[in-house]
Amino acid sequence: MSDNSTNLHQTKLWKVLIQRRSVLFGLIILFVIGFCAVFAPWITSIDPSAIAVRSRLLPPGAEHWLGTDEFGRDIFTRLIYAGRVSLTVGIGVAIISSFVGSIMGLVSGFFKRLDGPISRLVDAMMAFPDILLAISLVAVLGGTVTNVIIALSIVYTPRIARIVRASTLVIRELPYVEASKALGIGTPTILFSHILRNIMSPIIVQATFIFAHSMLSEASLSFLGVGVNPSTPTWGTMISIGRQYIDVASWMIFYPGVAITLCVLSLQIAGDGLRDALDPKIAKDL
Amino acid sequence: MFIVLTLVFIIVRLAPGDPATLMLGPDATPEEAIELRESMGFNRPIIIQYGGFIAQVAQGDLGKSIFFNQPVLSILGERAEPTILLTLFSLGIAICIALPLGIASAYCRGTLFDQSSVSSAMLIASIPSFWMGLVLQQYLGTELGWFPVSGYGGPSATFGERTYHLMLPSLVLGIVNSALILRFTRASMLDVFSEDYVRTARSKGLSEINVVLRQAFKNALVPIITVIGLTFAILISGAVVTERVFNLPGLGSLVVGSVLRRDYPLIQGTLIVVSGVYVLVNFLIDMIYLWIDPRVKY
Repeated sequence: MSDNSTNLHQTKLWKVLIQRRSVLFGLIILFVIGFCAVFAPWITSIDPSAIAVRSRLLPPGAEHWLGTDEFGRDIFTRLIYAGRVSLTVGIGVAIISSFVGSIMGLVSGFFKRLDGPISRLVDAMMAFPDILLAISLVAVLGGTVTNVIIALSIVYTPRIARIVRASTLVIRELPYVEASKALGIGTPTILFSHILRNIMSPIIVQATFIFAHSMLSEASLSFLGVGVNPSTPTWGTMISIGRQYIDVASWMIFYPGVAITLCVLSLQIAGDGLRDALDPKIAKDL
Repeated sequence: MFIVLTLVFIIVRLAPGDPATLMLGPDATPEEAIELRESMGFNRPIIIQYGGFIAQVAQGDLGKSIFFNQPVLSILGERAEPTILLTLFSLGIAICIALPLGIASAYCRGTLFDQSSVSSAMLIASIPSFWMGLVLQQYLGTELGWFPVSGYGGPSATFGERTYHLMLPSLVLGIVNSALILRFTRASMLDVFSEDYVRTARSKGLSEINVVLRQAFKNALVPIITVIGLTFAILISGAVVTERVFNLPGLGSLVVGSVLRRDYPLIQGTLIVVSGVYVLVNFLIDMIYLWIDPRVKY
């Protein structure tokens, strides 16, 4: 693909994404949440773990925008610091599962002999319900952010592997791959330069959905008390603690829940928009 | 299923350090650790442990829980009812919400109704089930008093009382999981609406209800059944979390408790049983394909 056609394609992609108001809304929300998480120390000077017993369970107000928790900790501050964990887990899982899943899918789809064993492994991994497998993996690995990322990556890798395998099976038979083989081009070059480059769209779209789902799963694990260490603020842990004070301080569960929902919603909208923009049939109509 | 068993065996042995010491906790004496190691066979070579594990499972023996000191299978049997009922009720609610809305949405494509239902489905799919559970528990349970807020009605509760306790959790799980079925139903119906036989049915003067339900819906069923099967697996995951919110004594609470207590035989047994059920459901769905679409052959 020449540089001019790549630039044209990218410009068209952005045009399609921005023209759809819902996608624009999703991207703005994502940007705001991401910005708050990255620049948390500059946005608020309050320590997310600072205990102020006299300020405990204060409702939202001028001093504490989203109120305080049972130890008088500022909920707004904890919310944006918790966003760091959720986004780190989401990005980490999306990258690792896309990388490993792509290699598994490429190898499985390209080499007929390896297709059987890899496909059976993927099928077996998909027989475990997500959360149950994640809980079991975190239980044996330990509750750290890294281990939660590893556990959720193991859970979501088969999804990418299946999609990449299916696309590779189709592309493997196309004339340009046959021509590459006939020209004596090495298998790694065919796999990564010819096949992988042409199946990037479904991988990117699926990675966006995995980003969203892994954030939901991380929140569920933290809520159950089997995720990241409870001393680290996460949206799931905040809801889990706030549950005990729901009668007197409903804001303790309300805002973290809204944050998770907004983040996942914006990712789903962005994923849908990307799918439409990257699908030549749909993009033509937009 | 053989690969599933192998994966379960590997997962449980991924834990760093001595499994016997991990299971017994920091207060255990070295003698207790040696005793457990011998009783569980952890001191044998890994390949012998693996062979023994496969042979044991093949005989229907999932081992013995360290915490409950009972066979894993009997504990799972005792705790299965709330999870099975919760999953079935939720699936029923999800189908009841999603199918009519999905069909109507596809039929009214591009209208305000269609856009609202698609947007609502996306919003609902983004809400964490445990958060929605807490919010509905507070408003529908505590404030309005329509539903019991937690528990399973106690040991002497009748089936009706137990079912009543499952209403709110089922509603939560059903609403959250209806989104995926709704989107697939809509997409599948849209595909079928553009087919020639639907146009022909209309041109022959068949009523709209007949065209939509008998001609289009029947042919759109295969992908819908697939997604219902997929939802079943998601519901099991959802049930694990929802049971915790509503203090239901099901498999979800059991597995979370066993993780916190590091009761590995119980974690292992739950994973085997649940994944086995999932494989069985997928098999049943494949059988349903044969029944609903005569073109499908295996």
